[in-house]
Amino acid sequence: MSTQSQAAINGHKQMKKTFNLKKFVQTTVHYLALILLAMIIIYPIYFALSYTFMTPQEVNTATPQFLPESFYLENIKEVLATTPILRFILNSFIISIAVMIGEIITGSLAAYAFAFVQFKGRNVIFALFLTTLMVPSEVTLIPRYLMMGAFGWMDTYQGLIVPHLATVFGIFLLRQFFMQLPKELMEAARMDGAGHGRIFLTIVLPLSRPAIGTLGVYSFLNTWNQYLWPLLMTNSEEMRPVQIGITMLQDEEFMSWNLVLAGVSIALLPSLLLLIFGLKQLVAGITAGAVKQ
Amino acid sequence: MAKDQKVMQSIPVLSSSKTKMKHKPKHLRIDQIAGYGFIMPTVILLSMFVFYPFFQSIYLSFFMTDPLGNVVKFVGFQNYVELFTDKEFLNSLKITFLFTVFTVPTGIFIALILAVLTNNKSKGMRGFQFIFALPIAMSVGTSSIIWLLLFNPTAGVLNYLLNVVGVESIQWLTNPDWALLSISIMTIWMGLGLDFIILLAGLQAIPDDLYESAKIDGAGSLTIFTKITIPLLSPTIFFVLIISVINALQAFGQFNVLTGGGPMKSTNVFVFSLYQEAFVNFQFGLGSTRAFVLFVIIVLLTWIQFKVGEKKVHYQ
Repeated sequence: MSTQSQAAINGHKQMKKTFNLKKFVQTTVHYLALILLAMIIIYPIYFALSYTFMTPQEVNTATPQFLPESFYLENIKEVLATTPILRFILNSFIISIAVMIGEIITGSLAAYAFAFVQFKGRNVIFALFLTTLMVPSEVTLIPRYLMMGAFGWMDTYQGLIVPHLATVFGIFLLRQFFMQLPKELMEAARMDGAGHGRIFLTIVLPLSRPAIGTLGVYSFLNTWNQYLWPLLMTNSEEMRPVQIGITMLQDEEFMSWNLVLAGVSIALLPSLLLLIFGLKQLVAGITAGAVKQ
Repeated sequence: MAKDQKVMQSIPVLSSSKTKMKHKPKHLRIDQIAGYGFIMPTVILLSMFVFYPFFQSIYLSFFMTDPLGNVVKFVGFQNYVELFTDKEFLNSLKITFLFTVFTVPTGIFIALILAVLTNNKSKGMRGFQFIFALPIAMSVGTSSIIWLLLFNPTAGVLNYLLNVVGVESIQWLTNPDWALLSISIMTIWMGLGLDFIILLAGLQAIPDDLYESAKIDGAGSLTIFTKITIPLLSPTIFFVLIISVINALQAFGQFNVLTGGGPMKSTNVFVFSLYQEAFVNFQFGLGSTRAFVLFVIIVLLTWIQFKVGEKKVHYQ
């Protein structure tokens, strides 16, 4: 006991001298842990990107390679030439942009009504809307699928777009933002005789660009990454969005790893770019319901 | 909600003050028209693609259907009886439960570590935050293909690393004992970005002066973590828990690409069995029964989590 406490006292005395060293060790361990974790988490993405630029010989060695020897572009050229991947990407862009615009229009209109217009049954309707957040899309999948068949919308853009044009999440997000806008502006516009349409278009929408940006990034990425609905809705190759098209490429036996991964990298590019430029908006959207302020 | 009330009342035109009785009818009528007009597109879309299919799904679950989805015969609760005596379905419930247990706590734990490690203003933290958020950009389609190659038994990097440290290769996706675990590993990775972003935002919302005063009082980092960080973060963790469990119950894409429910049905999770029943066997009635059970499970879970959460979660 006494030696221990003696040691503790000695340690305490030395604290001042060794303080910087301790901090240095702590910082180093902290960063080493972060670097290790970052390498593990980024590896699957790095793997796809690096194999994209490897020659078939590099890929076919017994041990997995970690760095391409040169900036080999043939895989990308070949995947673009031999598969309809550009068509898949075009489809995904058409669908994602249409859904994004639709969600922004329907969402901002409804959010305006719920935030600023006093109409009968408003709270009941809003509550009813919110209950749909508890209905996962799989629950309504079968009737929606049968409905698309009845409409003749199988394998069409409208079948992939129209069912997703309104989201309660979007309404909720925009309504929260609208309610924080300065009321004086709207009062002044009212005094000038502006109606709801004009207030919506000239005051609320321009002031809400951050929230609309958030909804836009969020809904684009969600639509781009969809899997089950487009899997059910598309039969022909030319209607497939990229997520479905890419998994079908992998099924084809003759495809080598570097070609499949070249396709994956091309499919990843838009979402990665969106993440780089829109991470802030995305975070704002995700955390809208999560963190109490 | 009290805040909404305030906003509404502070817009004079919208509040029905008695001194303005003369204008009230006119404003009200305009408001009625504008209100319903503005929500109309959403009402139509939600009615068509959420409310109607929801009730139609319940309706279908009481019927036998032909392969085109037409109702053939009313069978009452027979579909439900069949479902709960079907060993395969009970097995798929068990698998879904295991999948949730494997993925949710581990995912939240790892994301919490990442969030705590990057929640400071040291050099390079923004870079690390970006890397840890990266998996959110990954779709289930592309992630599944990448992991399919990582899991490859002969040329995949996972077995290569195992062999380097002297461990025998694992048949990640073809061994029934491993397949669900393998998909769980991949799913945890895919979900890390979302969990990390939410937890980091929760950490950043905790005021710095709380940490400062705790440090002045001589609290160590572990004490600060257990006595300040965790209690104040608990609403956020609770939120992540709810969405992660619901996400796990809805998992489908990785199972479709990586294992197709196999080997030996060992990865036949809930939505995959729904998909099989409805879109491979064309049993829309039986499929709808599964859909309704999924809905009930999710509503119950949400309710239980809120009830438990209300008591245990520390709100500011």
